[in-house]
Amino acid sequence: MSSPLLAIDAAMIVIAAWIAIGLAGVAAIRSFRVVAFILFPASAALSIALAGIGFAALPAAPEVAILAIGLPDLPFHLRLDPLAAFFLVILGLASAGISVFAGGYFRAGEGTPPGVMCLQYHMFLVGMAMVLLSDDAYAFMVSWELMALASFFLVTTNHRIPEIQRAGYLYLLIAHIGAIAILLCFGVLQANTGDYTFANMRAQRLPPLWASAAFLLALFGFGAKAGILPLHIWLPEAHPAAPSPVSALMSGVMLKTAIYGLARVTFDLIDTPLWWWGVVALVLGLVTALFGAVFAAAQVDMKRLLAYSSIENMGLIVMGMGLAIVFAAYNMPSLAALALTAMLYHCLNHAIFKSLLFLGTGSVLHATHERSLGKLGGLMRSMPWVAVTVLVGVIACAGLPPSNGFVSEWLLLQSFLFTGGLPNPYLKMLVPIFAAGVALVAALAGYVMVKFYGVIFLGRPREEKIAREARDAGGLERLGLAWLAAGCVLLGLFPVAVMEVLDPVPFTLLGRGLAQSGRVGDWLLLAPVSAERASYSPLLLIVLTLAIMLFAFFMVRRLYHGNIRRAAPWDCGFPAQTSRMQDSAEGFGQPIRQIFEPFYRMRRELPSPFDAAPRYRVDVEDPMWRWIYLRIAAATERTSRVVGMLQRGRISIYLLYSFVTLVALLFLTQA
Amino acid sequence: MNFEGILAQFAAGALALALAPLLVGWVNQCRAWLQNRSAPPLLQPFRTLHKLFWKESIIAHGATPMYRVSPYVVFSCMLLASMIIPTLSTNLPLAPAADAIALVGLFALARLFISLAAMDIGTAFGTMGARREMLIGFLAEPAFLMVLFTASLISHSTSLATIVASLSQRELTILPSLAFAGIAFTMVSLAENARIPVDNPATHLELTMIHEALVLEYSGRHLALLEWAAALKLFAYSCAGIALFFPWGIARANDHAALLWALPVLLAKLAAGGFALAVIETILAKMRIFRVPEFLATAFLLGVLALLVHLLLGA
Repeated sequence: MSSPLLAIDAAMIVIAAWIAIGLAGVAAIRSFRVVAFILFPASAALSIALAGIGFAALPAAPEVAILAIGLPDLPFHLRLDPLAAFFLVILGLASAGISVFAGGYFRAGEGTPPGVMCLQYHMFLVGMAMVLLSDDAYAFMVSWELMALASFFLVTTNHRIPEIQRAGYLYLLIAHIGAIAILLCFGVLQANTGDYTFANMRAQRLPPLWASAAFLLALFGFGAKAGILPLHIWLPEAHPAAPSPVSALMSGVMLKTAIYGLARVTFDLIDTPLWWWGVVALVLGLVTALFGAVFAAAQVDMKRLLAYSSIENMGLIVMGMGLAIVFAAYNMPSLAALALTAMLYHCLNHAIFKSLLFLGTGSVLHATHERSLGKLGGLMRSMPWVAVTVLVGVIACAGLPPSNGFVSEWLLLQSFLFTGGLPNPYLKMLVPIFAAGVALVAALAGYVMVKFYGVIFLGRPREEKIAREARDAGGLERLGLAWLAAGCVLLGLFPVAVMEVLDPVPFTLLGRGLAQSGRVGDWLLLAPVSAERASYSPLLLIVLTLAIMLFAFFMVRRLYHGNIRRAAPWDCGFPAQTSRMQDSAEGFGQPIRQIFEPFYRMRRELPSPFDAAPRYRVDVEDPMWRWIYLRIAAATERTSRVVGMLQRGRISIYLLYSFVTLVALLFLTQA
Repeated sequence: MNFEGILAQFAAGALALALAPLLVGWVNQCRAWLQNRSAPPLLQPFRTLHKLFWKESIIAHGATPMYRVSPYVVFSCMLLASMIIPTLSTNLPLAPAADAIALVGLFALARLFISLAAMDIGTAFGTMGARREMLIGFLAEPAFLMVLFTASLISHSTSLATIVASLSQRELTILPSLAFAGIAFTMVSLAENARIPVDNPATHLELTMIHEALVLEYSGRHLALLEWAAALKLFAYSCAGIALFFPWGIARANDHAALLWALPVLLAKLAAGGFALAVIETILAKMRIFRVPEFLATAFLLGVLALLVHLLLGA
């Protein structure tokens, strides 16, 4: 123990302080001001500290600790290695903004009292941090459950509304189905040694069959948490039900813990991936991403739209993972490192921009009490602060330069492009098809984001009261939004710095980093392979764009003039226009619905021209319900009906059963 | 970054600003001849811009800053895009700032801003234009990327300068993958530049317009900037087409003798390209808006096919 304070101890102190803050929230259950203005900002400061700890631990050697809690002889093993440290940075950076925002967001008198919510919120944070630090299956599963339960209570904050109860139940159900698969995966990984520490699992060399079983179980279990098709079904239900800071935390950070788990199992515990696992992940990822993007375009609830957009982004991340697996399996470490870096970078970016967008919808929700896009509009005038920060998030989510979202998509496309050395000819041909899929998904994300932003913040208010009542966000909310928006900008402008920071992760997992071999570029120019091959400089791009804008602005004023006149909108001279003539959310998504019609299950009510009171209505249903879930439910009901026939409700029959069983057992022991 | 390079970069910008409206004028002239009309003068687009800049800008009540900033953003993106595509020489110091993927990103950024600005006033036509523009964009963008990917795979680079340098070295043969990519590119650029058969640049017929619906509320200098940006976009796409499919004659770095030739060669290629565009616009009819996704999906599939052909045949 050379240094006085190990990073892992510092992380434990932060976690303990979070628990203390949560308990303080319960103690101060009646004084809402203490919770809002002291506890949540303090928690945000701890988040920043945690990000700092992760940052410091990234280039360092792994640290271990043993926490003697839980069952006797079964202590918690903890370990802080670069992979865990990187996800701690994600957790810290995103939750710092979310916690500050939450201080301004939670109000008294909405469902669960703020004090209790403060406890649940912090237990959620603790659960996620512990998941990242765990180094044995026991600690991992306990933390995983803590995370799932805390978030379940947070989702059902407004527990009196039946829909929210239903969403919470669905979330809990899928979370546990996933947890069972993860448990089984660890069971396979310990290879009959009875030792459930990760250190033992690393040491085991599994035969390919069992390794594949472990990977598939991990993909199923963590996929259920990450929202991979067809286990995404809880995501669009739970995210809109939860309060916005909680949605932000779930979408921004909790989904990443699933990616962390998958990366941990695949690259660290199993260590020798097979190439076809990568293909499975690529296919699942592409299907998920396309599905998420196509369905996001059809949504009319702003938080549901963002939830589907999260599904899309998780799909992209899983594709990055799949590509990294393929390259790692074929022993091409530099390309694997590129794909893994792109995937990790996208995890970080998605954590920041999706948190920002969810928090933005929270502010809109508070200002207007309206979640349906069809009733919003024109909020840029009454909520400029929220509008500008959300615009940054929208550009990032649409994957446009110079934002952070573009950098990771750029890296992902780059890693798809240079696959020439793959020995498998079919795979070599397949990979560019996946690149085409990524391009399509990225373009669809742009469509979705224009719909999201344009319908909420631009145009004219679709309802009278919204224009009257909407107020801009309060101080703490602004601070949280500004923190995340600044994150989007900085992570976009300095990609080389980010990649150098996260470089120890691919180095420890794959034995080869990008920056370590000096191939990321300099501070200005991002060039992961070489400048002749591919390069991108966001800083140069934005400076040039701004310079040209200013040049045009001043030249127009110098050579001509800057006169303007205000007038009524022209709109081809149509005089009687109302705000109802703008596109509704349904209208804006209509082209996508038409193109991808076979994928949707739609119920439409179209009025005929002669209807006295015309009503237009379209419901889009997730097809997975009908294809999979309702069938499972029906099958379960059928079986239980058969089993139910045994239960006659008469004592004599039950006695008969006991007697028959006894006789049968006697025969068995005789034989 | 040497002095010569900076000079070349400024020259490329100035050239784009000057040639872009000229190209539009040339296409309009060709179109008029082919349709037995008397043609407007070649410099007519400049006159229109000059006129628009002098007029005052009329801005609707309740327009947000988004509406006023967007023309500058769009203009800036398009000028920057024209500056990074190699036109005369591959010696462009700014070219490493954005490769082929970032170029598509720049176009997409401009599209996002113009669509949001069109939704800002809250008129029926504005939102309709935004919706249609995004509809075209979400299919055209991946198709364009596929074309660029094909060229990238052939030249093992996504940097535009390297692509041009490597493509111009090859012999004068038709690569099958580039042939598919060329068809896809032509379809995409027709759609992206609001040309027949996707959109008609010369119409204000309410229910069919796309580009015109986007800029319907704009007037004065803002409209001028947007029109100039549209011209720059056409110029950028033409130059991208030249760079990908007819790169011969673009001077390589430090090749001063070739630089003298490069300008007349570029002008000849642009003139030929403009004439071809006028022919396409004359012989085709505008299609219904819901045919457009099929048209662009075809382009996308052709682009993917080009990639596959390259991987299968190695050519």
